[in-house]
Amino acid sequence: MADAKVIPFDDDRSRAGGGAVQRPQRRRGAGSRLKGEPAVVREVQPLPGRPIKQDDVPVTHEEPEAPEGPQKSQDGGLERRIAGGLAFLRKRLTGDYEVDDFGYDAELTDQVLMSLLRPVYEKYFRVEVKGIENIPSEGGALIVANHSGTLPLDGLMMQVAVHDHHPAGRHLRLLAADLVFMLPVVNELARKAGHTLACAEDAGRLLSRGELVGVMPEGFKGIGKPFGERYKLQRFGRGGFVSTALRQGTPIIPCSIVGAEEIYPMIGNAKTLARLLGFPYFPVTPTFPWLGPLGAIPLPTKWTIQFGEPIPTDGYPPEAAEDPMLMFNLTDQVREQIQHTLYKLLVQRRSVFF
Amino acid sequence: MILGKVVLVTGVARQLGGRFVRRIQRDPEVDRVVAVDAVPPEHHLGGADFVQADIRQPTIGRVLAEHGVDTVVHLDVTGTPLGSGSRTTLKETNVIGTMQLLGACQKSPAVKRLVVKSSTNVYGSAPRDPAVFTETTPPKSLPSGGFAKDTVEVEGYVRGFARRRPDVAVCVLRFANILGPSADSPLASYFSLPVLPTVLGYDPRLQFVHEDDVIEVLRIASHEPARGTLNSGTFNVAGDGVLLLSQCARRLGRPTVPLLMPAVSWVGSMVRTLGVTDFSPEQLRLLTHGRVVSTVQMRETLGYKPKYTTAETFADFARSRGPGLLPPEALSRAVDRIAALPVLGGGHPPTQSAN
Repeated sequence: MADAKVIPFDDDRSRAGGGAVQRPQRRRGAGSRLKGEPAVVREVQPLPGRPIKQDDVPVTHEEPEAPEGPQKSQDGGLERRIAGGLAFLRKRLTGDYEVDDFGYDAELTDQVLMSLLRPVYEKYFRVEVKGIENIPSEGGALIVANHSGTLPLDGLMMQVAVHDHHPAGRHLRLLAADLVFMLPVVNELARKAGHTLACAEDAGRLLSRGELVGVMPEGFKGIGKPFGERYKLQRFGRGGFVSTALRQGTPIIPCSIVGAEEIYPMIGNAKTLARLLGFPYFPVTPTFPWLGPLGAIPLPTKWTIQFGEPIPTDGYPPEAAEDPMLMFNLTDQVREQIQHTLYKLLVQRRSVFF
Repeated sequence: MILGKVVLVTGVARQLGGRFVRRIQRDPEVDRVVAVDAVPPEHHLGGADFVQADIRQPTIGRVLAEHGVDTVVHLDVTGTPLGSGSRTTLKETNVIGTMQLLGACQKSPAVKRLVVKSSTNVYGSAPRDPAVFTETTPPKSLPSGGFAKDTVEVEGYVRGFARRRPDVAVCVLRFANILGPSADSPLASYFSLPVLPTVLGYDPRLQFVHEDDVIEVLRIASHEPARGTLNSGTFNVAGDGVLLLSQCARRLGRPTVPLLMPAVSWVGSMVRTLGVTDFSPEQLRLLTHGRVVSTVQMRETLGYKPKYTTAETFADFARSRGPGLLPPEALSRAVDRIAALPVLGGGHPPTQSAN
């Protein structure tokens, strides 16, 4: 692993060797690193080899991201990260940070929660994102996606996809079921990550503030459906999301997620146990609950998230939001577009895992 | 008769009532202030006529008639008993007192304006509520007891009164948690505990309103509305922004002890028995699920912009309470000292420890 990562580093050195301006800067960078290293070695005496390796990993890791300025990641990279980390720590310890009315902690989400999800996103599910340009750079928009996978990992992956890939660095505000806000720890993290309760008031308030809102109208019907019904969209609730978007005049962006349906192949549902625990369903998969916590590891499927063409809603008169026929038609249009894209992506997919 | 206004204020034995009486007397359009409470106040009332009367008794009607009161400001709706009062007398003052006072107002033709201090407690606190309450949001779970239930009942009686006397301008002000240097609310005494018990796995969003803003809003509601504004109806009153309980604790410098839900209830009842603070079930719900209200009506209809945000209100409160066990300044100095360590050049990025 470490070997593979050193290659771009050497590659960079040979490229940077051509530029006379970059050379001294690089050397200065290496010098400062040398100064830092002995200190570390002194600190961690019993393992003299390891700190150097650890030192190397983040540096080489940063290089492919910023090949234009190798001196940047060399010179102050680590120190800046430490300084940034300490500044972050100071702010957290003294409570000197801000959250919005919904409890969204932008700083924590950017620096901690997203970094925790990113390895799952990049390495485990190897998510491929398509059509990110369909999300507007500013103003409210409602992203409507299919829901599956027993645990709402698809929502979180969609959040990382928007956060990491959208050129304007937009944040997705997900609407979650009330169960999320009843569970301890989960509710706290959900609020801090910018999620809020799936209700018309909250959705409307977020959209009117120009936020990007993500909703999965299938709800528990979608996420808790058996494996045999994978990629078959369930009913889209009562279509409340359409009237909310229409009232705010924000576009609806259909989103199709392929891969999430196979992470936990649900072959059964222990309904009595679910009722006992107060959950909407209790999944039984080939591995869960038989293997205990080990069985709760999702299958490493390959994911594709496709954002579709926006459906505008600003052409309708304000009273249209009260018209049930129009709501059903628009809901069906969104649903069909997602279903259609799902089938198309499934045909293109080579295998579930690659 | 070209006489100024005669304002009757209830609950003047409390800090907030006393401050309001002293402030409104300085307003030029106010001719006289009649200050009412069951016990004489310890603070001075700035020359207002103090009448010792229990609003639970019908004598309050005589006071209204005798002084020719045209504006009634009802502040005696509170969550903490004064001195050694019990919860039962407090509930009686809140509910029966309001009923008597409204009955007296209904009989008095001179009364033209009624201002009632309520609380955002009426919305309750539940995980199924929307994130932000507006004045029209119906609560998902009605408060089952305590001060929150009192306020719901008080507001019910006030609505009935407004129906029966449509000629009286009625203003109900739902205040968020009132904090400030002299606040004596249940939440203020909670934040004065050396170690704050919290509910494990929950970090509620809280909103505060500063005492100074409370006085100003009450003044606006007691006078004729300014041009382009309307001061009858129901309004949420809160400072801008939101603080999480964890942020509050860190800014106060008080360590938190997260406890599992049943344990918090035991600790709560223990603390309440000891009389340190009112750790009632509704307070516990607030500290579990939090509560945030929209203040758009206050800004646009009532025409008031609070001077203090939620964070500034809390900072002012924190200054008045003195440092806790873990003052934020000391913590940030400690982090700075770590940053100054020479060995840190090759140390591990400390972001992990922030989790």
